[in-house]
Amino acid sequence: MFSQFFEFEFLRTTFYTGLIIGLIAPLLGTFVVVRRLALIADGLSHVTLAGIAFGLFMDKKYGLATLTPFTTGTIFSVFGALLIEKLRTVYKSYQDLAIPIILSGGVGLSVIFIALADGLNNDLYSYLFGSVSAVSRTDFNTIRIIAVVVLTLMIVFYKELFMLSFDEEHAEVSGIHAKRIHLLFILLTALVISASIRIVGVLLVSALMTLPVAASIRIAKGFKQTIIYSIIFGEASVIFGIISGYYLEIPPGGTIVMVSISILFITILAKNAWVSLQRKKAV
Amino acid sequence: MTAPIVEFKNITYAYEDKIALDNISLTLPKGAFLGLVGPNGGGKTTLIKLLLGVLKPQQGSINLFEKDIDQFKAWHKIGFVSQKANAFNRGFPATVKEVVGTGLTAQIGYLKLFTNKHRQKVKEAVALVGMSKYLNQNIGDLSGGQQQRVFIARALVSDPELLILDEPTVGIDTENVQKFYELLATLNREKGITLLLVSHDIGTMTKHANGIACLNKEIHFHGDTSSFNQLSEQRLSKFYGHDLNVVTHQH
Repeated sequence: MFSQFFEFEFLRTTFYTGLIIGLIAPLLGTFVVVRRLALIADGLSHVTLAGIAFGLFMDKKYGLATLTPFTTGTIFSVFGALLIEKLRTVYKSYQDLAIPIILSGGVGLSVIFIALADGLNNDLYSYLFGSVSAVSRTDFNTIRIIAVVVLTLMIVFYKELFMLSFDEEHAEVSGIHAKRIHLLFILLTALVISASIRIVGVLLVSALMTLPVAASIRIAKGFKQTIIYSIIFGEASVIFGIISGYYLEIPPGGTIVMVSISILFITILAKNAWVSLQRKKAV
Repeated sequence: MTAPIVEFKNITYAYEDKIALDNISLTLPKGAFLGLVGPNGGGKTTLIKLLLGVLKPQQGSINLFEKDIDQFKAWHKIGFVSQKANAFNRGFPATVKEVVGTGLTAQIGYLKLFTNKHRQKVKEAVALVGMSKYLNQNIGDLSGGQQQRVFIARALVSDPELLILDEPTVGIDTENVQKFYELLATLNREKGITLLLVSHDIGTMTKHANGIACLNKEIHFHGDTSSFNQLSEQRLSKFYGHDLNVVTHQH
C-alpha cells in the first residue's frame, strides 16, 4: 500500500509535506484553540486564497513563473495577519470584528482575481480542496523552510506563548512584550496556513489546526500533553487522509478532515465511556 | 531603620478628567504586612498598577527597592496576584506545575529554555502553599481556594521580596479565606516576605496585617492595626463616604 508513495517522487514529496503539516498545524493550532482564536485560521486562509488567485492571475496575464501562486498566497497571508492585528487595535472593544472584515475582504478579492484570471480551473480546484499531486519541488522547499522557522521560534518562545495564552494580564505585568509575542504568533499562524494549503486546501486548512486539538483537549492532562496528542492525531489524519485520498481519487483535504472528525468522535465517545465507568466504580 | 522597599512620593493620577489618586505619599518598610483598604473607585487598583509599572504617574515619583521605578529592573523581586487571576478559562488544559512555571518566564528571559533547576523551584513553590499532591492536576479541576493557592505559588516561585495581592479572596468560601490569611501570615513571618494586600475585608485584615492604609483618592489613615481599631466608626465612614459597618471576625 505504501510502496507507491516511495516509488514516485511526486507522491513522496506529498507524503513528506503531509508529515510536516501534520506536525506544525496542530502545534500552532493548540495555541489558536486555547486562545479562542479558531476563526483567525479561517480568516487567514481566505486571504491566502486571494493571494493564490492573484498569483494565478499574474501567471495567466504576464507569465511570471518566479512568483508562484503559493508564494503570493504566503505573502497575502502574512499581510492579512498584520492587518488583523492592526484592526484589533482599531476596534479594541470589538476585537473579533477583525476576522469577518479580513475574511470577507479575502473572499471579495479572490472572486475578483479568479474572474480576471478567466474563472475556475483545475489548478484553483486543487488549492481549494488540496491535492496529492500539487506539491512541486519548489513548494516543498519553501514548506521545509517554513517548518524550520516555525519549529525553532515555537521552541524558543514556547514559555512566553504559553504564559500569554494562559493569562495575558499576568504576562504584561511581568514585563513580557505581549504585543510583540502575539504578533509573532499571528505571523507563524499565517505561515503554517500557507504551508498547509497545498495538501489540505484553503477551505479545510483551519480544520487541521483545530480538530486534532478538539480531540486532544478531551483527554490530555496539561498543555504539553495536549500538544503531543494533537500532533499524533494530526499526523494520523494526514497519513490516512493522503493515502485514502490517493486510492479513492478524492482531494486529500476531504479525507484528512473526515479522518480528523472520526478521531474526534471516537475520543469523545471513549472519554464519556471512561467517565461513566469510573462513576460506576465509585458507586 | 531600614529604607522602605516601596515609596510613593506625592503621586497624582487621573483618568481623563477624573482624579483617581490625589497627592499620595505612602511607604512600605521591609517585612511589613500592610492592608490597603478603601471604597470601590477609591484608587486601590490604580495604586497597584502604578507600583507594577503598568501606569505611569502624572505627578510625583515611585521608588522600588531604593531605585526610581524607571531605573528598576529586578521585577522578579515583586510577586503579584491579581483580583482577576481566578477568572481564567476553566477549560484551559494546564497543570498546576505548568501554571506555576509561568511565574519564572520573565526571570528566565527571552531565548532561554526551562531547565531542571527551574522545575525544582516550581516544586518548592507548590510545596510552600501546600499543593504538592496536585502538581500534575489540571488547574481547572481544583476548587477556588486551591486555585488561589496555585496563583500565590506562581507569584512566589521567583523568590519575591514583596508580594502584592489585589482582592485575592473574592469568590472563595469563608473557611478557605481563613486558611489563605494564615498562609500569608506564615509567609510574612517565616519567609520575611513583605506583603501588600488590597481587600474590602477590613475585619479579617485587622486580624492578620500589622498595618493598615485607608485610601479614597487620598490616604486618610496609615498606621498600625491597633491604632486603626481605635478609630471611631464616624471617622471610618468619612473615609468611605457612606455608613460603614466593620465586622470583626472571631476565629
